[in-house]
Amino acid sequence: MATPSEDAELLKRRSGGRSRILIVVAVIAVAVVLISVGVLAGWFSQQPTTILGAGATFPYPLIAKWASVYNSSGANVRVNYQGIGSGGGITQITAKTVDFAASDAPLKASERAAAPGLLHIPETIGSVTAAYNVLDTNGQAIPSGLNLTGAVLADIYLGKITTWNHANISALNPTVSLPGRAIQVVHRSDSSGTTFVWTSYLHLSSSRWNSTLVGKSISWPVGLAGKGNTGVAGVVLQTPDSIGYVELAYTVQNSMKVAKIQNPAGKWILPTLASTAAAAASAPTLPSPSGDWFNVTILNAAGDTSYPISTFTYLLVFKELNTIGPSMTQVKAKALVDFLWWCIHDGQSYSGDLAYPTLPALVVTLDEGAVRSITYNGVALHS
Amino acid sequence: MKFPFDRDTRRRWIDLAMSGAAFVCVVIAIIPLGSILIEASVRGLRSLSPAVLTATTGQGGIGNAIQGTLILILLSALVSLPVGILTGIYLSEFGKNRLGAAVRFFVEVMTQVPSMVVGIFVYSLVLELGLIGLGSPRLVFSTISGVLALSTIMVPFVARTSEEALRLVSIAVRESALALGIPRHRTILRVVVPSASSALVTGGLLGIARVAGETAPLLVTAFGNNDWFRGLDQPIESLPHTIYIWATGPYVAQNQAAWGVSLVLVLMMLGLSIASRVVIRLRSVSR
Amino acid sequence: MYLFRWTRGKGRGISADTLGESLFQWLSTIVALGVVGVLALIAIVLFFEAEASIGAFGWSFLGGTVWNPQPPLLFGALPFVYGTLVTSALALVFGVPISVGIAIFLSELAPPWIRIPLTYVVELLAAVPSVVYGLWGIFVLAPVMRTSIEPFIQGIFGFLPIFQGTPIGLDKLSAGVILAIMIIPTISSVSREAFLAVPDSQREAALSLGATRWETTRMAVLRYARAGLFGAIILGLGRAVGETMAVTMTIGNKNVISVSLFDQGQTIASWIANNFTEAETPLELSAFIELGLVLMLMSLIINIFARLMVARVLRRGEGAA
Repeated sequence: MATPSEDAELLKRRSGGRSRILIVVAVIAVAVVLISVGVLAGWFSQQPTTILGAGATFPYPLIAKWASVYNSSGANVRVNYQGIGSGGGITQITAKTVDFAASDAPLKASERAAAPGLLHIPETIGSVTAAYNVLDTNGQAIPSGLNLTGAVLADIYLGKITTWNHANISALNPTVSLPGRAIQVVHRSDSSGTTFVWTSYLHLSSSRWNSTLVGKSISWPVGLAGKGNTGVAGVVLQTPDSIGYVELAYTVQNSMKVAKIQNPAGKWILPTLASTAAAAASAPTLPSPSGDWFNVTILNAAGDTSYPISTFTYLLVFKELNTIGPSMTQVKAKALVDFLWWCIHDGQSYSGDLAYPTLPALVVTLDEGAVRSITYNGVALHS
Repeated sequence: MKFPFDRDTRRRWIDLAMSGAAFVCVVIAIIPLGSILIEASVRGLRSLSPAVLTATTGQGGIGNAIQGTLILILLSALVSLPVGILTGIYLSEFGKNRLGAAVRFFVEVMTQVPSMVVGIFVYSLVLELGLIGLGSPRLVFSTISGVLALSTIMVPFVARTSEEALRLVSIAVRESALALGIPRHRTILRVVVPSASSALVTGGLLGIARVAGETAPLLVTAFGNNDWFRGLDQPIESLPHTIYIWATGPYVAQNQAAWGVSLVLVLMMLGLSIASRVVIRLRSVSR
Repeated sequence: MYLFRWTRGKGRGISADTLGESLFQWLSTIVALGVVGVLALIAIVLFFEAEASIGAFGWSFLGGTVWNPQPPLLFGALPFVYGTLVTSALALVFGVPISVGIAIFLSELAPPWIRIPLTYVVELLAAVPSVVYGLWGIFVLAPVMRTSIEPFIQGIFGFLPIFQGTPIGLDKLSAGVILAIMIIPTISSVSREAFLAVPDSQREAALSLGATRWETTRMAVLRYARAGLFGAIILGLGRAVGETMAVTMTIGNKNVISVSLFDQGQTIASWIANNFTEAETPLELSAFIELGLVLMLMSLIINIFARLMVARVLRRGEGAA
């Protein structure tokens, strides 16, 4: 306890205590001023319109590039896209907490019922690769081009093939000295359109991969998990003897080793820009943007040079934008529609550098129709 | 050397061994701390540059993350410090009864709510309020949402440190003021609180430092943004969130850069911690 | 007790001071009650949101092992509860001996000049954000675990089921180790307070009987401070249970119950952190919130228990001669 003389000191220092508080208040005030300057600098020009999107990590590198370019294009619009997985995107657009969503998996009947009026607008095409990180028996990293089939991949992901030098794998790769170590399987931990595409392909390739194992988020028999395409790529890069399914753009950006998959024509195809474009070129007749896209698939596309695990990826936008609610204004709706128009035209010129093929002309026409049909309060936004 | 069969010598050896073991425990605890500081400094400094500090995360920098963290913690402080200190005043000045004991207990309980649970609470609350018309469901991913979550974590913490700070002011001080005829509320505001000011400030700064490092609740509230702060109703980026995204991604350059971001964050928290100690030192210097 | 200056009752009306008094007391009381009200709001909102899931699954939620977002929708918490318990148990197994060692060193053995700086250094461990621990865990601890420590353990104890399987580095063991590091400051500081509450008379009595320093510590201090030590441990457990980021980044994120510590797992907090924003149906969202409720109740019960223990020892310390 304090002595009487200390108490006297305390009483005397009453004013001293107040100056301490003043110092702290001053520091906080200075910080607030500094931040405000940063903010106000942006507010001297007209406050930009912000558009929020969320969803698949599959097209994230491309959409992020589009956002970055469009944001600095002088249109006074800021596009903010968060890659939380296709499932997350669908959830958020259904809850109307975002302005648009992106998903590699088309909407199921139940999802369409929960969010009526959503258009599918394919904005790009991509490939799901089998990326691996394994050293051969001489300690050298096995380069890209390991031959694998859908059936073998299904067995790997079922846990039936557990070592790299299993007979089924070495039979396809006689010139590679595969090690006897266990295969570390990697899959997605989040709800993912990429998973939907991958599991759909495994289902097509193997009778053992039954339909309960197809979906954005399934009960994986074996494997490590990573969040998003970035997570799976990260785990594969950091874990020896691993294999995972990763979208092409990520494998290119990180110089990952990817497998050659056998397509229906019997050829061993490496996932590249060209082989993905070939798969897209053979797209079947597509439904109208407001219709049911659940059966649209370019898996096992015809053609000698087509990569068999390719897919469209879709932007999901409400046809009548006032469905989103009071946060969607006329200005914002127009900005969104202009952005979408830009993505399917000018935006396509950025695709190649990021290993996404440009949209085939037929798809562009379909998308133009979709964008033209978007309305706000019943009035079409794009002339 | 004779083997120590002798019981006393054996006891002495055991004593020495145990003292050594205790010291080893201290060393073991310091190793991860040293490792983190070294990694952050070495790998971190390599990836930091003025360009990185002023560019947005969309362009590979962390400028907007720094801005976001500052905005989040300052707005949270604006909300939490008055509320927390007032609660602390209640507990120490008026809380000597059963009601006060109950409040103290619940405030204590509140400091232990896991931060992830606070995040999903704020998400649910903002969503439900938005659905019935207060605000909008869009506010779930916004600066306001993030501030609500951080404040919910900070208020009980500040309340507890404030109560402790005010308790330290001796009863003699209060009684002398009251004996002079100063009414109770003026005693508290003009005498007790200023006397405890340095401890209050310390508690506040420590609370701020604590929420500056919070990530989990921001995952479902502030959400993340590649651009500068654009409004209280927009998502906002933060340093811990950037560390999480960059650390779990596949780009090796980004993984290394995450150390740089950690360095910035740790320096910021260290700055707050040092500031709080400076305030204490200032107080004792004038003594 | 306290003197009041009443100016009421002599016909001079209520002075501003009296009004200020009551106003101020009312203000601070209302604010304090408001804070408690927020806690109640948390419970109410969480229960309200979790109702759908509670109604759909009842108690079987706690025992369910499947989390299936596709129809038939089925959600169960067991893998996450298991992961939480295993990593927290590991945190205690590694953290408690080290924390107690630190507390003993700082309260009994350390020379005075080193006490304060060392205490400060141990406190610094608490200041490192969880996400930075996670970063360190992925890039420093996990490779070391994968290439050196786990194979070493497997070499000696590989016959035990808990050390089987291929070491990856990102697994329950690593998550447990990081949690242990994170709870060391909590346990050691509360233990130190418990040790300091032991009256010197106890130590002196032991020493006068010819005990060595270690024997004194063991017989007098540890035994006397038993309840406080136990409280400190439970407090550390409470902290470990709620920890999110460091665990999410190091546990491997796999919703499976497996025996081996070298296998991946998932805790309640890490599962919510990973997948909450991706709940596809209202029932799944409700299930996530029910999970959060389970976590909160776990943490609450553990912490209330701990506080009771700590309060007991502090009271006893004050009462002793």
